[in-house]
Formats: sequence, C-alpha cells, structure tokens
Amino acid sequence: MGKWANIFYKSSAITEEKMSAQQTKRIEKQLSLPIKNAFQMSVRSIRIRFGRSIIVTMSIVLGIAFLMSVMSSNAFIVSLIKNGPESLKVSLQQNLDEMRVRQLWLVSLSLLVCVVGIINAMLMSVTERSREIGTMKCLGALDRFVVEIFIIESSMQGLVGSVVGVILGIMVTFLMFLFKYKGLAVHAFPGLILLKYTLFALVLGTVLSVVGALYPAYVSAKMEPAEAMRREV
Amino acid sequence: MKEAIVRTIGLKKTFILGKIPLHVLKGIDIEIRRGEYISIMGPSGSGKTTLFNMIGGLDKPSEGKVYIDEVDIAQLDAYELAWLRCRKIGYIFQTFNLIPVMTALENVMLPMIFGGMDTDDAMTKSKALLETVGLGSRLHHKPFELSGGQQQRVAIARALANDPAIILADEPTGNLDLKTGKEIIHLLKEMNREKEVSIITATHDLKMLDVSDRVIWIRDGTIERIEDRANLQIKVGEVEGEEAG
Repeated sequence: MGKWANIFYKSSAITEEKMSAQQTKRIEKQLSLPIKNAFQMSVRSIRIRFGRSIIVTMSIVLGIAFLMSVMSSNAFIVSLIKNGPESLKVSLQQNLDEMRVRQLWLVSLSLLVCVVGIINAMLMSVTERSREIGTMKCLGALDRFVVEIFIIESSMQGLVGSVVGVILGIMVTFLMFLFKYKGLAVHAFPGLILLKYTLFALVLGTVLSVVGALYPAYVSAKMEPAEAMRREV
Repeated sequence: MKEAIVRTIGLKKTFILGKIPLHVLKGIDIEIRRGEYISIMGPSGSGKTTLFNMIGGLDKPSEGKVYIDEVDIAQLDAYELAWLRCRKIGYIFQTFNLIPVMTALENVMLPMIFGGMDTDDAMTKSKALLETVGLGSRLHHKPFELSGGQQQRVAIARALANDPAIILADEPTGNLDLKTGKEIIHLLKEMNREKEVSIITATHDLKMLDVSDRVIWIRDGTIERIEDRANLQIKVGEVEGEEAG
C-alpha cells in the first residue's frame, strides 16, 4: 500500500493476540492517538516555539486582513450606494466596477504568498523536529498520528490568525470610511454582510493554513525512524 | 531450551554512498534467548548501530532475515511494525530522545497512550515506573530541567512502559560520565532481573561487560566472537580507543 493510503486508512481497534504465532495468523493491533492528547501536544509545540508560531500566524493575519479589508470596503460602498445621497451613487458605482478584477488578483496573490510562507515555516518545523518524530515512531506512533499533530497545529494557528486578521481588516476599513464619510459611515454600517464575510474569511484562513501544512506533514510521515534520529539539526 | 526472542540469519546490509557500496554488515547470525542480557561490542564503524537498527525494525536488511519472537519482521506492514515498536520493544538511545515539550511523567505515558491505554491507568503506571527508576520526585519536570543521568532514567522507564519483551539500548551510557554510567548499567541489570526483559545493548563501554550474560564482539561487519560471561577475557587496549572501565 502506498504511504498516503496507509495514512488515511482507518485502523480498526481489535483486541491483541500474542505474537509468537505463524505468519498466516492475523496480527491484531490497537494503536491510537486520542484527539485530546493530539491537541495537547500541538498546543505545547506552539507554545514552546512561540516565535516561529507568531511568524506563521502573522502571515495569515496579514493575508486575511487584506482580504477582509477589500471585502468590507466593497460592502461599505454597496451600503453607501444604497443609503447615501444621490451625489455619491454614480461615482461610487463606477469605482466599484473598475476595482473588482484588480482586487481579485491582488487578494489571490497575497493569500498565495501567505500559503507559501506557511509551507516554508512548517517545513522548517518538521526538519527541526525530525528527531522527535523519529522517537515517536519508535514508541509506536503511526504515520498518521504525526500528520495529525502537524495539521492540528497549523489549523489552530490559522484560526487564531484569521480571527485577528478579520478584526484588523474590518477596523482599518471602518476607520478609513469613517474618516472620509464621517457620520454616514456609521449609519451605513453593513453589519449583516460583514458577518457573512467574516465567516468566509475565518474558514478560508483556516483551510489555507491546513493546505500549507499538507506537504510538510507528508514529509514528516515519510521519515524512517533510523534516519530521522540520525539527522543533525 | 529457551525459545529465541531474536534471531538473525545471514544478515547483510550495504549502504550505497554515491557510486561506492559500503558493506556494513557482512553476514550476521545470532540467537538471543528470552531474559538474556546481551552486549554487542565493537569499535566505531564496526556495524553495531546498523545491526541494532535491524533488530529493532528501524531499518531493512539488504539480505538475510530478522525474526522477533519467531516472526519475520520483513513481512510486517506499517501498522504491525508500529505495534511491534509500541508493545514488544522498548528503545533507549545515547541522546535520550525525550520529547522536550512533555514532562517526565507524560514522556513515560506516551507509549501507553499510543497503545490504547486509558489516561488514568497510564498515569498510575507511569508514576510507579518512575519511582522504580528513582525519579518519583521529578514527575513534572521537563527534560531540560533534568540531568543526563535523570533523562536516561526517564528513557528507561519509558522503554518499560508497555512491558516489552525486549529492550534495545544504543550506547545508553555514551553521553554520561563514569559514575552515572555505572548507575544506569546497574539499573538496566535490575530491570533485566526483576522484569525478565531481554536487554540488548550496542555499546563500546567496557563497564557493560560485568552485567552481560553474553557478549557479541563485532568487527568490520562480522562477528569476531561470542563470549559467555564465565569466559570473558578483557585485554586492556583490545577495543580501539577505549580504556577498561
């Protein structure tokens, strides 16, 4: 079976039998990593490498903040067009149409840069912890446990980063519109749409973090214990 | 006749470095019985660590077979190998290899958790094990808060976590000073006696000779000789670069 197949194959928990049997007799196994423990290990890893975690999280914060500020500025403009005086309507509508394509391009590019940053940081993390990974495999960890731990780490960083990024993005945009349109901005605050966009940004940020961790997690799963522990880091 | 818990037949291993093949093991046949304390001794580069990795299922041989409890480990898939490492074999390393983000207690609990044990049971058992190795007062210390000898004790407790049949120790005293090394060797012998675990150490520490049932001398990838404890002859200067402990 290929390595990936092994990782995603669900192992059923069956009772164990003594191993001094012939090869034809089935070796029944029971290896598990409870979610609670996986979470605990991920949280500890994040805390102990706090500097690195901050950098990875910042990457998401900035990308999501940019995404959020673009989306919320669109929301504000739409709302202003609806609720504002006639004089604004035409100019705002024109701006909106022009910007759409360029915005899409810029935001996509910035998020791509973030994901690349995450891949890089997680790869470094995997390499630095290769001895730890090799040791865990000697203790009976399945490849998929190691993958789980890295994915959980990454998704937690992604979630926290997205939350901060969303808040940052909305705040910056709101302040900009407040400055320009003063009271009108408060009156036209597009709360419901922003909520929808917030949810989208949170999910996207977390998903992108997980995507960024996939290749490094694959690398960690492929490691053989002997070579992993020999590696000088 | 006691059954063999580890058996190797015609074990060979060749590493390919660039274009040059490096023959590290050139045909090793050994049989280790249950409850024995075996030392594999030899100078650096003799192939002890490679042999050790073969026995422990950490690497695959180029030729030959390794049987653990009469099961050919080359036939095992990834799950079964992981199970083997979890339940049948305990590992001890020269560099201790404790998980730095976990306390001593959690380090010892880890293999139990992998093996599906309930957390409370695991905690109770780990505490008992850590007390056995003399670290009852250091349960909640992280590895960087422990000395080398203490870390190795935690590693020994961890190796015993799932009541393995075999403990593989790769240079357990390599990073320890003379006195601490002696303590660790004494502790290993105690575990060997009390828990009837087979202990296989790869080492070039001559202090190990005292406690071993048999010593397998390896040089240049082949077995030079196998000595029973009764017949051990220590010649000063025989093992390269080492002083008799």
